[in-house]
Amino acid sequence: MKKVQSKTNGVITQTSWKNAMKRDWQLYLLLLIPLVLVIVFSYGAYPGLRMAFMDYKPAKGFDGSEWVGLKTFQKIFKDADFARALRNSIVFNVLDLLVGFPMPIILALILNELRYQRFKKVSQTILYLPHFLSWAIIGSVALTMFKPSSGLVNIALMQANLIESGIPFLNEKWHWAITYLLIGVWQSMGWGTILYLAAITGISGEQYEAAMIDGANRWQRMIHITLPGIRSTIVTLLIMNLGRVMGSNLERLTSLGNTQVKEFQYQLAIYIFNKGLENNKFSQATAVGLFQSAIGVVLVLLSDRIAKKLGEDGLL
Amino acid sequence: MEKNKKGQGEESFSAGGAHAVNKFKISDAIMMLVIIILCATCVLPFLHVAAKSISGNTAVMSQSVYFWPKDITFDAFKRVLADASMSSSMLFSVWVTLLFTLLGMIVCTCAAYPLSKKRLKGRGVLTFLLMVPMYFTAGIIPQYILYHQLHILDTFWVLILPLIYSPYNMLIMKNFFASTIPDSLEESAFLDGASNFQILWKIVLPLSKPILATLSLFYAVGRWNSYADNMYYTRSSDLKMMQYKLYQLVASATEAQNASLADTGGVTQSTPEVLQAACIMFVTIPIIIIYPFLQKYFVQGTMVGAVKG
Repeated sequence: MKKVQSKTNGVITQTSWKNAMKRDWQLYLLLLIPLVLVIVFSYGAYPGLRMAFMDYKPAKGFDGSEWVGLKTFQKIFKDADFARALRNSIVFNVLDLLVGFPMPIILALILNELRYQRFKKVSQTILYLPHFLSWAIIGSVALTMFKPSSGLVNIALMQANLIESGIPFLNEKWHWAITYLLIGVWQSMGWGTILYLAAITGISGEQYEAAMIDGANRWQRMIHITLPGIRSTIVTLLIMNLGRVMGSNLERLTSLGNTQVKEFQYQLAIYIFNKGLENNKFSQATAVGLFQSAIGVVLVLLSDRIAKKLGEDGLL
Repeated sequence: MEKNKKGQGEESFSAGGAHAVNKFKISDAIMMLVIIILCATCVLPFLHVAAKSISGNTAVMSQSVYFWPKDITFDAFKRVLADASMSSSMLFSVWVTLLFTLLGMIVCTCAAYPLSKKRLKGRGVLTFLLMVPMYFTAGIIPQYILYHQLHILDTFWVLILPLIYSPYNMLIMKNFFASTIPDSLEESAFLDGASNFQILWKIVLPLSKPILATLSLFYAVGRWNSYADNMYYTRSSDLKMMQYKLYQLVASATEAQNASLADTGGVTQSTPEVLQAACIMFVTIPIIIIYPFLQKYFVQGTMVGAVKG
């Protein structure tokens, strides 16, 4: 057995392509399928990005449209709609990150401390559920719950004499902002715990035992053992989430939004959809999309770099 | 994996017991309470909608239905089912989801298995090529133009092909293969003259049931739930999936809260409230039915696949 091992090990470093092909042609054949798909459907769309530097007219196509350099970008940076969309995207996504990121960590710590395994299992099952429901469902249920006059939440609050008239949870922009954020947190918190819980199972029980012999209480164990034990998971997920600071989920925005809250609901995802597919301003929408993707990549690379400087594993 | 987890759980449990003598402390009560409240926020809204969907119109109108139905009637459900456009779009959703999941799993395995082999020459470059789309996408407009050029705009295929390869799922599967299938197992099969295909089919896949179940669920739920692409890239009404229909129905109901649903779903003459509730349940029930069965797999599968990720 050992001989085989060393033989294959030796092969790894110096196999020629010919030998690799001979041995693993079937593997390369398998890889061909996803590669073709990625090349056609993902990389295939990259050349379309040149629309951002053209005055693209659908009727004229790429060949007939004029190159305009950075004019489109100059135009969008002067566009009031873009400014509003950008501001909303950044504000809401940063808030999302601030409120939504710590929640799964806290929840995972709590779940980990629960004593009754059955209770833990059942509550996990329930908490994961919102992740598996579409924004169409969540939006419509939220609407049923939060209607100013007939929503269950308002009725309950009114019957408890806490308020006199219904709160416009989804119909007034400031209330909407809070409701939108909380629903987002609610939807992702349960599922978000799964990776942290996985990391927690990797922490050795001995550490806890030793701490307990030293007289550490539950709170101290949580802070000094569990939390450091999942630190690398936290960092990885933080980097991934930072990449999303520019992008918002169109489904979430549209399913919770309405015309009364347009001012806050109008984020980059909506801008792109509006300008691009509804008003045929292809160049403008492409430029904004490119801007959005580029910032996302830069943020991921930058935070990865910083994480590595700070001695973490990073993501890439 | 499962065994490990349990073993460790018991260990820390008994260790805790040794010191704290299993006393149920106030902190336990607080934590349980927090969890119970959070669980309630996940269950009660759906219970409320479910109760509404099978209640009588007058009871719903007078806002006296909370979590228990009043004047039970299944009229709204019957009406939803009788609406041809609703049931056909439900069938369409099921069909698209099934095909999408099957193709997605094939593509995912085709990518993940070879890339999990350290000996594969060119592995680094190939992995890079297959991971880039996770971080950088061209955006919807270039994609729209591309699909137009490929002539798949407003066809069935635009709902399937662009998304069946998922870098995220591939990563999870690759990590699973790399961490749970021992190399020695494959090597001995290799020495017995088995080909790569045979090893994958007869040895690796049968050992990978948790991850196959998990990712099938991810694919299926992902397809079943998303409708943004349905909104961007299709126009025909026979390509409308269930979720998109629900979204449109609710969006128009939001804008005109008391308007009838006549112009959206073709469902007429009923209180929007009950009917809306029935539509929501109609779309939610399939997920709620399959969810508990798959739950034990996906927790295990995600954990194993994600530990390294």
